Amino acid sequence: MKTYLPPKFIVERDPERCIECEVCINQCTFDTHYYDAEDDEVRSREGTCVGCHRCVLFCPTHALNVRTIPLDYRDNYNWRPEFIEDIIKQAETGGVLLTGMGNDKGYRIYWDHLVLNASQVTNPSIDPLREPMELTTYIGRKPDKIEVDADSSNLKTDFAPQVRIEVPVMFTAMSYGAVSLNVHESLARAATEAGTLWNTGEGGLHPKLYQYGKNTIVQVASGRFGVHPEYLDAASIVEIKIGQGAKPGIGGHLPGEKVSADVSKTRMIPQGTDALSPAPQHDIYSIEDLAQLVHALKEATNYTKPIAVKIAAVHNSAAIASGMVRAGADMIVLDGLRGSTGAAPKIIRDNVGIPIEMALASVDTRLRQEGIRNQASVVIAGGIRNSGDVAKAIALGADAVYIGTAALVALGCCLCQQCHTGKCAWGICTTDLSLTKRINPDIGARRLANLLRGWSLELKEILGGMGINALESLRGNRLHLRGIGLTDTELEILGVQMAGS
Amino acid sequence: MKELSKINNPYSEGKVIDACSIFGAMDTSGKRFAGDGVIKAIANMHFRGNGLGGGFAIYGLYPEYREHYAFHIMYLSKEAKLEVESFLEQRFRVEVSEEVPTRHTPAIVNPPLVWRYFINVDAQKYDFKSDDDYVVDRVMEINTGIKDSFVFSSGKNMGVFKGVGYPEELAEYFCIEQYEGYLWTAHGRFPTNTPGWWGGAHPFNILDWTVIHNGEISSYGTNRRYLEGFGYHCTMQTDTEVVAYAIDLLIRRHNLPIEIAARILAPPFWDDIERRPVREQKLLRALRQVYGSLLLNGPFTVVIAHQGEMIGLTDRIRLRPLTVGTKGSMLYLSSEESAIRLVCPDLERAWIPMGGEPIVGSLERPLVPREVAIAGEPHPDVN
Repeated sequence: MKTYLPPKFIVERDPERCIECEVCINQCTFDTHYYDAEDDEVRSREGTCVGCHRCVLFCPTHALNVRTIPLDYRDNYNWRPEFIEDIIKQAETGGVLLTGMGNDKGYRIYWDHLVLNASQVTNPSIDPLREPMELTTYIGRKPDKIEVDADSSNLKTDFAPQVRIEVPVMFTAMSYGAVSLNVHESLARAATEAGTLWNTGEGGLHPKLYQYGKNTIVQVASGRFGVHPEYLDAASIVEIKIGQGAKPGIGGHLPGEKVSADVSKTRMIPQGTDALSPAPQHDIYSIEDLAQLVHALKEATNYTKPIAVKIAAVHNSAAIASGMVRAGADMIVLDGLRGSTGAAPKIIRDNVGIPIEMALASVDTRLRQEGIRNQASVVIAGGIRNSGDVAKAIALGADAVYIGTAALVALGCCLCQQCHTGKCAWGICTTDLSLTKRINPDIGARRLANLLRGWSLELKEILGGMGINALESLRGNRLHLRGIGLTDTELEILGVQMAGS
Repeated sequence: MKELSKINNPYSEGKVIDACSIFGAMDTSGKRFAGDGVIKAIANMHFRGNGLGGGFAIYGLYPEYREHYAFHIMYLSKEAKLEVESFLEQRFRVEVSEEVPTRHTPAIVNPPLVWRYFINVDAQKYDFKSDDDYVVDRVMEINTGIKDSFVFSSGKNMGVFKGVGYPEELAEYFCIEQYEGYLWTAHGRFPTNTPGWWGGAHPFNILDWTVIHNGEISSYGTNRRYLEGFGYHCTMQTDTEVVAYAIDLLIRRHNLPIEIAARILAPPFWDDIERRPVREQKLLRALRQVYGSLLLNGPFTVVIAHQGEMIGLTDRIRLRPLTVGTKGSMLYLSSEESAIRLVCPDLERAWIPMGGEPIVGSLERPLVPREVAIAGEPHPDVN
């Protein structure tokens, strides 16, 4: 069938600069570049380029550039090119359209409508270059109050397990299979260096990475891939995955093409088979079932680790979160509308869920109203782009944030949204061994640790500017936020005042 | 329902911002003394205030009524007085009701009426846990419910005198020279975003706890939201109120000793905690994990007092001043050392405590006179 799909990108090659070294041909995984033997010339074809910039950045003579094709449709606000082209794709395939990464639609990004405060005159800002500045955070359930022995001053209160992180930024769940082992190793080593945590995702933990267990969160999802006693024992935190921001209500999908020999062993499934997690956990049809799984995992790990529960941010997140805390979750994770994925139905990714800022604000408020905010740490995920977003999330009430896309960008990802194809030219979201070696864990870990270090330093500058020297004094401190260009209802839900008031 | 926040914070700022002078003097032997020295000392720090608030708290003030709650109540109208008095009659046994003596002075214009009442509580009758809880709730009712009235203080054998003006002017107005007590605190205020309101001056009081405060707490939003979870409503929108409620929660409701409470409000850094002995590490870590939201971050000095005890504390990196002086059984706390030296030139010791280090003067542990004073070395009997 001839495709009616117009090409998306045009590759511009400067013939003056091109030395026909064929690096672009080797680097491209989408067959955009080819060698024309007849003319003895390296050429590019439109139509297959996904705009991943791999060739542009690896061309030794900077001969290449990629631009959006200037093919205009007649203006139509309703029938925008994306919708036309989605219909063309479905007419030609008859399937569910898959995509990767997070929601790229123009839903309001509330981080961009919130600004932070700083000290002037009436209280001094604190200089993080000269004064201590604390980002240390403990994840886990806290008791309501502390009892101290009157005579000995010894602590009498028993504590649930606590996990210390030195920067309130962790690497979110990205499964082995969705991403490569080298990516996992990079994340694990960077988390270890930065004193934070990385998350295995639902695809198990490769034996090579057990040594980083102290900095690891292991996930238990509906498919139960790779879940066994050693796996649970290895980790600092066990996370139950109920939902994911990119595809609320839908289970993880790993196409058989990505289930390599190593992936198959780690996931404990046959090589080459699709790994389709059921949409719900089939032992959790209600909140009391969740409580059972939480406590089963606590029993299995002998009450030595916090148990986290992760949900996608949906309409009644506040009530659900309250139930999760009451069901025994020591950490709750909210994954918002812009949360990413290795593969999800595009229609779900683009239309289901709510912005994480709103979910966070309402969950934090609700847990406080019910007097149970201390019983669980609140972690958010989904679209955190920089340390400014992190600071705003903490001020809205988060204990820490997860980053996924930001970490992958640090490794080279250019958000071409082809994760589901398994052809990632950057070697990130693939298990093709010829591609995964494009991520060198030494370099990957360095880049990720650098990113966390940069954000830590920036967070300290932000805190110091506010006259605060410990992160806990920003946590839930919405007085340090002001809104710009928001309606009264939005401000009310965020619990934030308008700038100028 | 009257909105205290509208009165105390007419521009509806995030909170009221102010700065100040503070002074505290305590005879740890329990001997009562007159306030002339305290007035002189706080007047010496005139320039730290701007005339929009001053006040005094005196402990050991009413020994003849030591078992009664002493209510100092301010009225802006005759109707308010009638309403409050009928409220008190219905809910308490009022033993004595009298006007607080004042004298006309040129500096104090449009003063409100201030009355005091000595009151007994019959709490069983109201099915309450304790007399104190009952009194706190009634004070909140008056402060938030009855127009043109405000309770300055509500503790036993103590009282607060405060208003709009410089502290030395208010001392003259309230005839402070006639009173004696074993513990005095005094405050001169420099608010930057509120017009003077008599109720907004320091000391801030609930039961027999008073707080005088210099500073701006940058963690106010976090502190306030945490306290709201325990039913405290910060109607005044001041840092001082947050300090008072935090102390009430930690000491009265969670039964923690004052030294531990100080470690919560101004905790050591995580790195410092890691260097302590294991037993101490465990406690300090737990305090920060559980009460992190009560860390008072940003510059402050507070002097907190209640029956038999006075505590001085600065933020953990000491962004506001506090000087301690001792002589014999006397303990002085002040924003400036000069104010102490003015009233006690022959101090045995004077030093600046470390940030976050609580200075506690207590009747239970009276100070012992020392012969030699070495600058910069803390007094071993004061912790």
